[in-house]
This record gives sequence, C-alpha cells and structure tokens, in this order.
Amino acid sequence: MSQTVRSLPRVSFSNPLVNNLIRYLLMTLLALLLFGVILLLSGKDPIQSYRDIFSSTLGSAYGFSEVLVAMIPMLITALAVALPARVGLINVGGEGQLYIGAAFATWGALIFKEQPSWILLPLMTLLGMLGGALWAFIPGYLKSIGLVNETITTLLMNSIAPKIVGFLIFGFWHSPMDTVKTDNFVAAARLPTFFGTRVHLGMGFALVLLLLFWFFMKYTRWGLEMRAIGGNSQAARRNGVPLKGYLIIVMCIGGAIAGLAGMTMVSGFYGVLLLNFSIGLGFMGFLICWLAGGDPLGIFLMSFVVAVITTGGNLLQLTRDLPYAVVNILLALTLFVVLARPSFSKGK
Amino acid sequence: MSNPLQDQPPMITLCGITKAFPFVLANDHVDLDIFKTEIHALLGENGAGKSTLMKILFGFYRADSGEIQLNGKPILIQSPRDARAARIGMVFQDLNLIPAFSVAENIALFLPNLKAVLDPREINQRINEISKQYGLEVDPHALVSQLSIGEQQKVEILKLLLSDARLLILDEPTRVLAPHEVKALFDILDNLRKDGYAILLITHKLKEVLECADRITVLRAGRVAGSLLRADATQEKLVALMFEKELSNLQISAKPTSEVSSVPVLELRGVETHAEGAGTSLSGIDLQILPGEIVGVAGVSGNGQKELCDVILGIETCVKGVKFLYGRDLTNHSVQTMRRNGVSFIPENPLMMASVPFMTVLENMALTQTWRYARHAGFSMDWTSVKADIQETAERLEFPVNFYTIAKSLSGGNLQRTVILRELTHNPRLVVASYLTRGLDVQSAIAARQALIRARESGAGVLLISEDLDELFTLSDRLLVLYGGRIAGEFKPSETDIYEVGHLMTGSKAEHVTNG
Repeated sequence: MSQTVRSLPRVSFSNPLVNNLIRYLLMTLLALLLFGVILLLSGKDPIQSYRDIFSSTLGSAYGFSEVLVAMIPMLITALAVALPARVGLINVGGEGQLYIGAAFATWGALIFKEQPSWILLPLMTLLGMLGGALWAFIPGYLKSIGLVNETITTLLMNSIAPKIVGFLIFGFWHSPMDTVKTDNFVAAARLPTFFGTRVHLGMGFALVLLLLFWFFMKYTRWGLEMRAIGGNSQAARRNGVPLKGYLIIVMCIGGAIAGLAGMTMVSGFYGVLLLNFSIGLGFMGFLICWLAGGDPLGIFLMSFVVAVITTGGNLLQLTRDLPYAVVNILLALTLFVVLARPSFSKGK
Repeated sequence: MSNPLQDQPPMITLCGITKAFPFVLANDHVDLDIFKTEIHALLGENGAGKSTLMKILFGFYRADSGEIQLNGKPILIQSPRDARAARIGMVFQDLNLIPAFSVAENIALFLPNLKAVLDPREINQRINEISKQYGLEVDPHALVSQLSIGEQQKVEILKLLLSDARLLILDEPTRVLAPHEVKALFDILDNLRKDGYAILLITHKLKEVLECADRITVLRAGRVAGSLLRADATQEKLVALMFEKELSNLQISAKPTSEVSSVPVLELRGVETHAEGAGTSLSGIDLQILPGEIVGVAGVSGNGQKELCDVILGIETCVKGVKFLYGRDLTNHSVQTMRRNGVSFIPENPLMMASVPFMTVLENMALTQTWRYARHAGFSMDWTSVKADIQETAERLEFPVNFYTIAKSLSGGNLQRTVILRELTHNPRLVVASYLTRGLDVQSAIAARQALIRARESGAGVLLISEDLDELFTLSDRLLVLYGGRIAGEFKPSETDIYEVGHLMTGSKAEHVTNG
C-alpha cells in the first residue's frame, strides 16, 4: 500500500486555463444560438442582429471603449462577491454596498471640493470603500455571531441603501436645478479618463484588484486560511484559523470593494450622484461572479461577454426595433447555459 | 465445526471482480463464495479493497469486469435497489437511521412493498415476532435518537430481516460496541446463521474474526490472499496473509518517571459545558494530564468525547470550571492560543474535522501553523520549510506522504495518517487524540500508536480517546471512563479489566468507582 502511494505521480490536470477558455467559449456560443432562435421567432434576422452587435461593440474603437466602460463596475462588483465567496459567504448585497459607497464618496466630493485632485480622489476612494465596508459590516457581524444568514441580510439591505441615498439627495445634496441629483462634481473630483473615451481610472482599480485577489488567494497566508475556511470551516476552526474574525473582515472587504465600484461610478462615469443611478450593477456582479465560478480570469472574461451583450443590446433596440427586454432574455439564456454547467474539463 | 460448504451451491458467487480507480487497482480478479448458513469474514488492511468489493456487491459501483451469481445464475446489480431485490442487505459503518423517527417508522420506511396507508399494528407485530426470535429486542415505539448505538445496530439488522434479506453485509459492526455488546451481537449472528442466513462480516480485527467467523477470506492489495476455515486459522496465519512482511511489534517503553511536583500539562477542574442539540453536556470533569503520561478515555461514543476534545481545544465554551495548560489559566481562550501553546488535536473524522478536502496535502499540512510558515509579513508562505518539517516527521514515523495529492482523493486511512503526521510534527506538548486508529489498518495503527508513545517519551502529555479497549489498556498510564458527560471511573489499567470498564461505559453498573 505504501508503495502504491509513493509511486503516485503528481496529480496534474490538463491545462485548466485552456479548459476554462473552451468552456466559456462554448457556453457563450450556446447562449447565442438559443437567442438566435428567439430572434427568428420574433421575425428578426439573427445574423444581421449579431452583426449589428458586433459592429457596435468590437467593430470600432469607440464601440470597444464603451464595452470597457461597461465592464468596470461589473469587474469590481463581481470581485465584491468573489472574495466573500472564498470563505463561504454569499454576498448578495453588492448593490446596496455600491450605493452607500457612492454616497460616502459624494459626501467627500461635495464637502472638500476646494481640494486638489491628488487629495480629493484618494479621499473619495477611501470614503467609498469605508461606506461599503460599514454597510457590509452589519451582515458580517450578524453572521459571525451566528444570528442571521448573510444571504438574507445582504439581500434585504439592498432595498434600504437606495432609499438612504434618495433621502440624502432630496434632503441635503440636491442641486438647485434638479432635485433628483446632486451638483455636478468639480473636475478635481472626477477620475481621469483615457484617450478621449469614457474609459476611466476605475478600469485600473478593477485590474489591480483582480491581480491582488489572485495573488492573495494563491500565495499569502491569509489566502490559504480563507480557502481553508471556504473549503471546510469546521476543520479550519479546529486547526486554529480564527473563523469569526475572518467572516467579519472578509465581508467588510467585500463591501469595501463594492463601495469602490460605487465611487468609480459617481466619480468616473456620471460625475454626479443620481437618484437610483444603479439599476442592478451589484446584481450583475453577482451574476458574473457565479458564472465565472469566482475565478479572476473567468470574471474578466464573463464581464467582457456580458458587457458586449448589454452595450450591443442597447444598440439593437435602436437599429432592429427590438425592446430592451431582449437583452435580458439573452442574459438569462447565458445564465441558464452556465447553470447547466457543462463541465468540459471534468471528464471522468 | 462441520464444513457445510461442499453440500450445496453457494448463495452468492463473485467471479473475477476487477475494479480500477485512477492510480489504484482496487479489486483484481476477486473470487468469493458466500454460502447459506455461514458467517464469512472479509479481512484486510485499509485499502485492501474490502469496501470496494462490498460496494460492487451492493450496487454502488460497477465492476470493470467480473460477474456476480445468485444461486448459480448470473445477475446484474447496478444499484442498491437491485441488490435488495437479490435479497442482499447491508449495515453501514455509520448507521443510516432517522433519529427523529421511531424504530417502527424507520423500519417501515425501508420495507420493499410499503402500503400507501400504513398499518402500524401489523408492522409492530412483525418487528416483535422477528426481534424475539433472534434476541433483537427493541421497543418499536422508541425514538431512534433515544437508543444506544448498540440498539440502533439491532434496528438496522431488524430492518434487513424484515425486508427479506438473506445475505447480511455488516461493515465493521463492532466498531462502536462495548465488549459485552460485541458478545451479544455475535450471539445474534450465530442464531441468524443457524436459520440459514448468510452473513458477511467486514472487519480488520483479527480477534473477532477468530471468535465468530466460519470462514475467513483475506484481501491484500485488491487480491484474495487466501481463504481459510476457522478451524485452520490462527492469528499468525491471518497476519501473514494480510501483510507480506512481518509486523513490527509495538515497543512500549517504561513510563518516564515524572516528578510528583511537575506541573500538569493539562488540568481541568470542575469543567462543565452546555450542549446544544444532540450533543452531550459535560459536567464536573476533573482531569489532570502529567508530562510524559498517556491518559486513556474509554466510553461509547456520544458520551461526551467530542465535547471533551472541544473544550480542551477551545471550541466549546466552558460554562463552569477552569482549564490550565502548564499552570496557565487558558479557560475559554481561542483555538489559535491553544494551538500556539503546543496543543495538537487528532480528531475522530479526519475528512470533516481536520482537513480541507479540495486542498493539497501540503496546504493542509500548513493549516495549523500558518503563523509559523508565513514569510514577508504573511505575503508568502514558506512551503519548503513545511515540506522539510513534515518530511522529517514522516521519516521518523515511517508514514508515506505525497504532498501534491488532493486531500479528498486519499483513502480514509491515508488521510488519517496525514493528519497524525501533521499533528505530531511540531513537538506538541499536549496531544488530544480522538479515535486515533479508527479506520487504520493493523500496520498503520501500530505505527500511529508508536508515534504517540514517542510523543510521550519526549515529555508530551497525551489524552487518548478510544473505543478500542485493547488499545487503551496497552497504551494508557491511566484510564478514565466517560459516561453521560461525566467521568464514571478512573483506574490504572493493571487494576481493572475489560468487563468492569465495559459495564461502566454502558452505565450498566451503578456504583461509582474511583481509584486514584
């Protein structure tokens, strides 16, 4: 017996990267195929529609830049789900955390508007993260003392956050011209954009966070301990990994990341805090994270695909006279295909 | 004993059963005959292929090649349903009863042609009939959660009898039983055999095999190493069949004389816990472990063993009483603090309680000591040191270790060895070992016990929780009996015997024995 064990070769799966790529590609194709059927049924030419989507997104530099813009909040909010998921926490509260983060950042932008941007932007970033973290602390704490499941609390708190933002806008911050938004941010409170497009520094934040996430999980002590908690919390606890501390801190970091997404939206994209500015950005992040199985590269790829679908879909309603709902159909189809989870890599 | 085997065709024949898993040939052309009216023991060390073979026979796995015959006719068993149709029944190691149901409900649930509207009287009557016949008396109305493990096992057997099984497969049935319960079980099996049932007993306890089996088949590395009639079998012969090489014997050094004044490694004074759900509350636990001492804890599992470990480790809250580690009051300190102060824990279930299934062995090895191996303020881990430390212990204990295997893919015994390896690596000062050798084969069990003795020699205190009384009597310097969350007795192993302890374990002896 001992001999057999010793002579076992290193367990090596065939290249997981290639497998994942193939998997995502096939999933996307399948979804597109199904959607084509729906287009056909509604009397539109699917080929022409796809051509429109392609030309409006990947076919031009402008289109491509718009895809990138759409990707930014997706990447960040997906990470806000992926990190807590590693310790087994299900953070459905990205949306709420994003709103509170945006509100905190806006507070900074409105109060300290005389400051130069090298003070104002870091301050807003920190404020945004603080806001998200505070919002996530509540479910994290309740979970760690074993009181309430975090899935429920984060989900329910999502409907509170936009109301708070509304209260702030209507009560204190509304611009003299318009009650549903604040004053426009000063230039110093805007994240820089690149090459004359709407792609802003938020993309940099997102990519750095993705890399950090990957590095942390793979190489650091904390990554190891977090994976242990996610893999078997009972064993981790008996092995001396501080479970409660991790649950709270990781939930807060997740919230902070979502809060950062809110900050990039108000500072980088809108330049103003709008009432109900996010319709489901946080949920989109949740979707992407689960589509990607929490894997950083997968998050990047899925964000890209979803961003192409949504930006392209926007155009479809103009050129093909299709209602915007079809985009949701396409997204839903993608979700179904992924949930069916064809595991091309795990053949027995 | 007469040899009934030539008179009749076998009831079940396994022919050339082969089953391969990645890297392992679990069964290699195994042939096995099981006759009516025999108790057939299937003996073998861990990984010898016993469970795989039984899972094939019971329809959980499909053999790569080979044939199963029922009364000489080949049959196809593709699921447990098919197995039951062929009148094969199996009692699993971890019993499969629903605690919130009564005995009768549990049995009814299992009956093959259950009516849409239950007739409890009829079921009760059938239960009573059969249970009387075979000495399997249990109250059909009792809730399973209120039954002892021994009684639950009876219910499992009843379940099979009522569902018309003719071949009963019992997987390590004596694991959870006290000595007199084992005896009772063997009597029951004996009666069943006389009535024409075939019984297949999976075990790795030689003594039991010699006590009750009619025929013994030994598996080694997936092959049948030999098949003996009990009359021909001796302990030496069986060991020789199970292992190619001679077993090294356990070397027990004399207990190092610790000075009377030395500070105990661990001291519990009046410790009490509050149980939630199905747990057992500890109450009034006084316990001292001196350096260089092995304190054994006997008891039927579920009598507070888990809670005792958890209190010592710092998971369970001490609602009353104090816990000292080397004279320091560490009552209700965190697990990290206990671990950092040299407390090691080998839990009863290595997969659930000690390892992260989808991590590699190497990563699992570092989990208890992340602070020790963290470099650059935690931004990297020193895997080379982890490997070096573990490798050293592995050589000392002669346990094989393969760092890059995923923990989940290890067999139970191998995983247990990995955990033992990890827990004994950093010269622990206190080792809490719960069911140390459960699931280990004879050879690994000896090595694991030897490892504990080494730890004791180097001055560690050891708390050994076990249900194997032989093990406890051999290893312990002192022996406690845990019953219902209390210490029911304390002995020197030389001053008591298995039966006294066995009775205390099951609470069947009321008097409170204290001795030193």
